[in-house]
Amino acid sequence: MKAPMTRRNAVLGITVAATSLAVPSILRAQSAGRVVVIGGGFGGAACARALKRAQANLQVILIEPNAIFTSCPFSNAVIAGLREIDAQQFGYDRLRAEGVTVIGQAVTTIEPQLRSVITADGVALPYDRLVLSPGIDFHFEALPGYDDAASEKMPHAWKAGAQTLLLRRQLEAMPDGGTVAIAIPANPSRCPPAPYERASLIAHYLKTKKPRSKVLILDAKDNFSQQRLFEKAWKELYGDMIERIGLSQGGRVTSVDPATRTIVTEFGNYTPDVANVIPPQRAGRIAEVAGAADATGWCPINPVTFESKLVRNIHVIGDACLGGGIPKSASAAGAQGKACAAAIVNLLAGRAPETPRLTGICYNIVAPGYGFSLAGNYQPKGDIFAEVEGGATSPVDAPRELRAREATEAEHWFQTITADTFG
Amino acid sequence: MAALINVPAKGRRGDVIEIRTLTSHIMETGFRHTADGAPVPRDIITSFTCRYNGAEIFRADLFPAIAANPYLSFFTVAKESGKFEFEWTGDNGYSSSASASITVE
Repeated sequence: MKAPMTRRNAVLGITVAATSLAVPSILRAQSAGRVVVIGGGFGGAACARALKRAQANLQVILIEPNAIFTSCPFSNAVIAGLREIDAQQFGYDRLRAEGVTVIGQAVTTIEPQLRSVITADGVALPYDRLVLSPGIDFHFEALPGYDDAASEKMPHAWKAGAQTLLLRRQLEAMPDGGTVAIAIPANPSRCPPAPYERASLIAHYLKTKKPRSKVLILDAKDNFSQQRLFEKAWKELYGDMIERIGLSQGGRVTSVDPATRTIVTEFGNYTPDVANVIPPQRAGRIAEVAGAADATGWCPINPVTFESKLVRNIHVIGDACLGGGIPKSASAAGAQGKACAAAIVNLLAGRAPETPRLTGICYNIVAPGYGFSLAGNYQPKGDIFAEVEGGATSPVDAPRELRAREATEAEHWFQTITADTFG
Repeated sequence: MAALINVPAKGRRGDVIEIRTLTSHIMETGFRHTADGAPVPRDIITSFTCRYNGAEIFRADLFPAIAANPYLSFFTVAKESGKFEFEWTGDNGYSSSASASITVE
C-alpha cells in the first residue's frame, strides 16, 4: 500500500484485519488475548511457539518476511566449504501446525498507542502484547564507505544466506598466496566469538586448499571471548597463518573503499584479496520504528519481563535487547524467547511474572573435530542480566579427545535448538 | 611495539590535517593493589609533545585516568614540507620518540 498511513486508516485497518484473518474460530472462542511477534529467528520463533504451547487459546501471530530462515550458527562452516547452506535452513510449517499464525510480510509501522502493527501490504494487526525479535541491522554511518552495495564486494556474511555464499565464492576464487582480511567491530555485536571461529575455519580451508595464503584480522577490540582457547588452537593448527592486529596495535577499521577493496584503519591501509567486513551493529530496524531503541541503537528492557523501558506493552528479545551480561547468541535468544513468553502469559492473566534464570551456551568450531564452548547462567540484577554461578568455559589445556567430543556436542546442540525452535 | 603514527604523506599548503599517534604503555595508575595488599607503583606517561620542523605545535599532559596504550589525535595546518617529531616521557625515566615526514605542495 503506497498511501501514507494515518491514524484513521490504521484504525480502519484493524477492522479489516479482524475480519480477514483466517482464524475466526479463535476469535469467537474465549481468547486469552493476542500476541504479535515480529521476527522469526531463534528468539521470535521460540517465543511464538512457547506462547501457543503455554496457552492454547492465546492468539499468536508471527510476522516474518522470509519464508525460509537461515541460521547464523554453523554458517561459518558453510563459508569454509564444510557444510551446505540447506543444512542451515528452516521453515515455519511446524509452527503453523501448532496454531501459530505466520504472516510473510515486513512490518512498516507500529502504533504503540493503538497497540497495532501495520504490515507492508497495509493490514493492521492489533495486539495486547507485542514482541520484537528483529536481530541486528548494520550501523553503516559508523563505517564510512560501507553500505549494502559495498557488501556485494566486501561481504559481511553477518546475516546468513546470500552473503554467506558470496564470501565462500570469493574464497574459492582467490589464488593461493592471497590474504583474507576480516574486519571485526567493537562490542556490542552479534555473537562475539563468531568472527574468531570464522577466522579459524577460513584458515582451515586455506591450509587444505591454498596453503600459502594468510588470514589477517583487523580488530576494534584488544581482548575477545575465549581468546586463550582460540590463540592456542590457532598456534596448534595453523601456525602463523592467522595474524591479528588488535585495537592497541592500530587494528580498528575506520572506513572502507569498495572500489579498490581497501580497508582503512587508524594507522594504515590494507588491500586484501578477500575482504570480509563485519560492520558495527545496532538493533534491527523495526526496534527503531517502534521507538524501542535508545541512543545506543539497542533496546533497554526490564530483565524480568523483557518489556521495553521506552514503550509499554512491547517486549524486546534476542540480539536487539540490552541484555547486560548475556552475549548476543542464538542460544540466549531462544532462552529469552521462552522466558518472555512465560512472562507474557502471566501478565495477560493478571499474575506477577516469575524471575527468569537463563542459560546460554556457545560452541566454537576451529577445525573439523576441534571445538570448545562457553556456557553461562544469567539472572536479572537491577536493570540488567548478570552472570550467576554455574557457568563454564572449556579448559585451555585439554586433550584433543575433549576438543573432538565438544565438536560432536556442538552438532547435537545445533540439531536440538533448531528442532526445538522450528522442527 | 614501537609507536604508531599516522601523518598524511602529502598535503596542500593550508590544508587542515589530522595526526594520530598511539604508543604502547601500561599506564599503571598507582591506585591498585596486588592480591596480597601491596600497592602497585604508578607507571604512566606524563607528557607528549609534537614538533613540526622543530617548533612545538602540540603538547599534552597525561594523568593516571588515561587508559593503557594512549591514543592521541589532533589537527594542524600543513605549512611546509618537513618532519613531525613525537616524544613521550613519563615515570621511571620513560622516554620514547618517533617521527614522520610530510610533503606539502
